[in-house]
Amino acid sequence: MSETKNIMIVGVGGQGSLLASKMLGKLLLSQGYDVKVSEVHGMSQRGGSVVTYVRYGEKVYSPVIDKGTADFIISFEKLEASRWISYLKKGGKIIVSNQEIDPMPVIIGAATYPENLIEKMKAAGADVDAIDALNLAMEAGSPKAVNLVLMGRLSKYFDATEEAWMEALEACVPPKFLELNKKAFALGRDA
Amino acid sequence: MKQLMLGNAAIARGLYEAGCCVVSSYPGTPSTEVTEEIAKYDEVYCEWAPNEKVAMEVAFGASLAGKRSFCGMKHVGVNVAADPLFTVSYTGVNGGMVIVVADDPGMHSSQNEQDSRHYAKAAKVPMIEPADSAECLEYTKLAYEISEKFDTPVFIKTCTRVAHSQSVVETSERVVPEIKPYEKNIAKNVMMPGNAKKRHPVVEQRLVDLSEYAETSPLNRVEMGDTKLGIITSSTSYQYAKEVYGDGASILKLGMVWPLPAKMIKDFASKVEKVVVIEELDPFIEEYCNSIGVEVCGKELFPLMDEFSQNQIAAIMGKDVPEGITLDENIPVRPPVMCAGCPHRGMFYTLSKNKCTVLGDIGCYTLGAVAPLSAMDVTLCMGASISSVHGFNKALGEESQNKTVAVIGDSTFMHSGMTGLANIAYNQSNSTVIILDNSITGMTGHQQNPTTGYNIKGDPAGKINLEALCKAMGFERVRVVDPYDLAETDKVLKEELAADAPSVIISRRPCALLKTVKAKPALTCNPDKCKSCKMCMKLGCPAISMKDNKAVIDKTLCVGCGVCQQLCKFGALEA
Repeated sequence: MSETKNIMIVGVGGQGSLLASKMLGKLLLSQGYDVKVSEVHGMSQRGGSVVTYVRYGEKVYSPVIDKGTADFIISFEKLEASRWISYLKKGGKIIVSNQEIDPMPVIIGAATYPENLIEKMKAAGADVDAIDALNLAMEAGSPKAVNLVLMGRLSKYFDATEEAWMEALEACVPPKFLELNKKAFALGRDA
Repeated sequence: MKQLMLGNAAIARGLYEAGCCVVSSYPGTPSTEVTEEIAKYDEVYCEWAPNEKVAMEVAFGASLAGKRSFCGMKHVGVNVAADPLFTVSYTGVNGGMVIVVADDPGMHSSQNEQDSRHYAKAAKVPMIEPADSAECLEYTKLAYEISEKFDTPVFIKTCTRVAHSQSVVETSERVVPEIKPYEKNIAKNVMMPGNAKKRHPVVEQRLVDLSEYAETSPLNRVEMGDTKLGIITSSTSYQYAKEVYGDGASILKLGMVWPLPAKMIKDFASKVEKVVVIEELDPFIEEYCNSIGVEVCGKELFPLMDEFSQNQIAAIMGKDVPEGITLDENIPVRPPVMCAGCPHRGMFYTLSKNKCTVLGDIGCYTLGAVAPLSAMDVTLCMGASISSVHGFNKALGEESQNKTVAVIGDSTFMHSGMTGLANIAYNQSNSTVIILDNSITGMTGHQQNPTTGYNIKGDPAGKINLEALCKAMGFERVRVVDPYDLAETDKVLKEELAADAPSVIISRRPCALLKTVKAKPALTCNPDKCKSCKMCMKLGCPAISMKDNKAVIDKTLCVGCGVCQQLCKFGALEA
């Protein structure tokens, strides 16, 4: 039986991680895998730290991912990448948007936003792919397209055709935003 | 067709396929999407009720009339609906009646971690528990068969990881069973003592019959593997156990958690060397096993609180678990916060400034307790703010009544604030009640309620006028303020606290996240004018931070509400 693979999507509530996980779920299902996607709705969405688990393989049981087992972590924000880095397995890859969003303890001066997080994660042994996703999303036409930039980036490391990705994208995005999202996806992939 | 579906959506699909006709629910994470999804099917009548008690009684009425009915709620919602629940158990049903209760182990979005299985036992109604979306769909349809066969309401229990996880389902067509005509039956349905006394033995016999059913039901299954270890489990704990053991242990997977199958459990235990019960929260299955003389190990090993995971179970059972990368860095926490432009912020700032004692309630505005506002003293349950401010003021009188308020949202007020307000009007305490009217049920993701003027499908509906309601109860002092206007809010609050009569302040401004609310352009901070006084920081707005000792506004978050502008004495925050 093939091993279950694990992808985590982490970020700040409101950044659009639910669309990314929906699209990824559709893609993986179209590739013939059993898939489970676990989200958390409700209070933590209000600007809190959010995490979505995507698992796929021949047969998936648990809907959640544990420490040291994620093949990929996709992070919408640097501090969140660092918060969840212990979930990355040895040899796993973390794709990080360079964006910094101050959490409330930093805003009110009760804590400081740590410096050089990308370098520190690399020094700790993580395979980090950091990209300027927010600017690429704006180049595509909207800061909200960060999720598609990151999906585009993930597609580089994935054994699925561009057609399959586009089908998944079309199934998740309303037609009027399709071009913008396709552009964001391509910018992420080629960055 | 195979498709990925949220557990909640799969339950909704099951309701649809089973021919459910009437749905009434109150939103509550993680149960909300069941009702939102079923509302998309035009064949089903669907509504948001003001609270769970009303919802359950509506579902009972529809069942009595002969149609399949449903109500959904979160775990604490059952506390509210417990009154009809315990007696619907006695009357039984006509059309099938199914109740979803969604527990929240780990408290992702709840005020406690109660275990709903105790309700099934206490009310003597069956409870079934799916472990993924496919089971959500299949078990929902089965629940109606059980309901009609055994003349009982049926609970479906989920948890956050079932309700909010997507997994693969296969759908089929809707089949509406024949309507059972309503027949007047006083002995069965009028629960006065003489009749109820005759119904109680029926309930006890039903439990015996259901126990027999549990022994052979497809809901409970044995997966024999290695017999050194036997695991009795249900729900997501089953998934975690399978992930850890595969065929390396034998598993009794319970899809029906009340009543439990005594013979099946004894038989399973006799075939394995030792038995472990893996269940989240309370030792419900474990205690049952002990009561029938089956020796098991459960909470000796596993915690009474929080969610489980596969690694946690593996570690407890003495297996190796992988280690992750460790980062030697102090990562600041990121708690949820009130959104930029949240209308509640202006009111909480004013309460904080006036050093009020604030008796709070359940909703987004519970976040008013978070620093730097810290403008909440207590939060208990839906509606408790109003009842307890009355008690607080009755206890302390003049010592408290001029600086103590209740705050409650519009939806929570409709849910169970009105009765508390009636108590203030009747028993006359000099209390100040603030209704935070953001014109929506916010926390659970924007559901309509009786004050919004729209129904669950977004069509125009009845609209309760809060001012008229409070006045009709006898409140002579009913004030309406815009919480974006800090000076006016401060003035009205001071006046109503000082007044020698009970009063209601309606703090009215729609939720900034509503699609109908258009954001104004983001503000900017002029660094030449900013004197670093940090007055604007007192609001705890996520869009404002200090960089190089000057205020900076995050343009992607700011909605131009202008509340911070009113605090800046130097005019540094510019539109």
